[in-house]
Amino acid sequence: MTDTVSIDHVSVHFEQGTVTALDDVSFEIGRGGFLAILGPSGCGKSTLLRVVADLLDPSQGEVSLFGDPPAMARQRRDIGFVFQDAALLPWRTARENVDLPLEVGNGRELAKGGPSATDLLDLVGLGKWADSFPHQLSGGMRQRVSIARALVTAPKILLMDEPFGALDEITRDRLNEELLRIWRETQTTILFVTHSIQEALYLGQQVLVLASHPGRVREMVTPDLPQERALDVRETEGFVRQAAHLRAVLETC
Amino acid sequence: MRREHTLPAVALTSILALWGLAVYVLDVPEYIVPSPLHVARTFVRDFGVIARNLVPTAVESLLGFTIGNLASIALATIFVHQKTVEQAFFPLAIIVRSIPIVAVAPILVLMLGNDMTPKVVIAGLICFFPTLVNMVKGLSSVNPQALELMKVLSASKTEIFFKLRLYNSLPYLFAALKIAASASVIGAIVGEWIGSTEGIGALIIQATYNFDTGLLYAAITAACIFSVGFTLVITAIERRVVKWSPEIG
Repeated sequence: MTDTVSIDHVSVHFEQGTVTALDDVSFEIGRGGFLAILGPSGCGKSTLLRVVADLLDPSQGEVSLFGDPPAMARQRRDIGFVFQDAALLPWRTARENVDLPLEVGNGRELAKGGPSATDLLDLVGLGKWADSFPHQLSGGMRQRVSIARALVTAPKILLMDEPFGALDEITRDRLNEELLRIWRETQTTILFVTHSIQEALYLGQQVLVLASHPGRVREMVTPDLPQERALDVRETEGFVRQAAHLRAVLETC
Repeated sequence: MRREHTLPAVALTSILALWGLAVYVLDVPEYIVPSPLHVARTFVRDFGVIARNLVPTAVESLLGFTIGNLASIALATIFVHQKTVEQAFFPLAIIVRSIPIVAVAPILVLMLGNDMTPKVVIAGLICFFPTLVNMVKGLSSVNPQALELMKVLSASKTEIFFKLRLYNSLPYLFAALKIAASASVIGAIVGEWIGSTEGIGALIIQATYNFDTGLLYAAITAACIFSVGFTLVITAIERRVVKWSPEIG
């Protein structure tokens, strides 16, 4: 229990119960795991992340982050969140953006011993751009800064809401590869929402397929791929076969 | 000199030359329209009188500008944190804004007497509404994901205000302040039109009654120079403060 992120019979209703965004969703993922959450639009992927991040209260069910309720984990800065839009503050340099979580509340105290902004910008390959403002950076670079910002409190769990959805494919591929490296180096547990089959299969140690209207669990898949994956794994026969399977599952969603 | 500076200078000189030429060719009497040269000569000759009258106008507009804008920033801050107050008063503010302040000026002079107070109040009122509207927009139009980020970080309302909303509002604020700078000068002059004995507004009225068009135009020129200078100062401050938004400036 204390070594897993567990979502237990979680339902979310909106508008006085007339709209069901999530219907009885349950799953578990172990510490240090990488779960890709895949589904069509309207399947409540983003709602699910918001419940885990304590941005939204579930109507029913419980969420436990390594034994703690989300509110407690949030206050302890155990949660990092990466949005689809990098959501950098345009008046702050890259370094100042990464430092923001430390400046809020007692963030600096809670993150003591954690990585510095400089280390993290190096980790995401932006060491040279630390003093640049967001408008001087490309879309991919901005998203790297936002990943560094999410990691500055050394979170136990990193929630990513279609972070590469707005990027071009070349940038997206490169960031996918880097994210796996970052995940291995930081050993953070990651929940990664996407609507790309390729991305879900390439990144996820497990892939959770959600169906839409209402959002519910369709299938939990454990891809049969090597732990260390380079981008060209996507051209192997095994990958293509499993992608085809996921596509077939999605068509029934 | 860069092209964007030389072109307006050329345009201004041409207009002045055309004006002088028209007055000369059409033989317009000086008490109807003076020539630019006559205005310039009067400006130099009566510089003492003009400067003495510019001082109260400048003080009134600066005071009105400061008070009016501070009040609207404060009210916008309350609006953003107390939705009920905003819902009750913001539509009202929009209605009050559509009352022409110039038409209210005589009432204010009646109510507040004939010293500096009504002029400062009029200048302040003119600044108040544009800044209020812009400030409310600037404080509330924050990136929703940035707001969610602050919630993930368990930020307090004060932290959200000082780290997110206030910075977000600065481009909106300066856009309003640039308008308010020249508007406050208009407010002060309108206030001085009603029974004042000093100030650019009073000088304008006196010069008009005396058919002293040279002085009239010179007084207007002085108000114009002050107003442009005021706006330029605000623009210079904006450039120093709002460094992050390349589309502004």
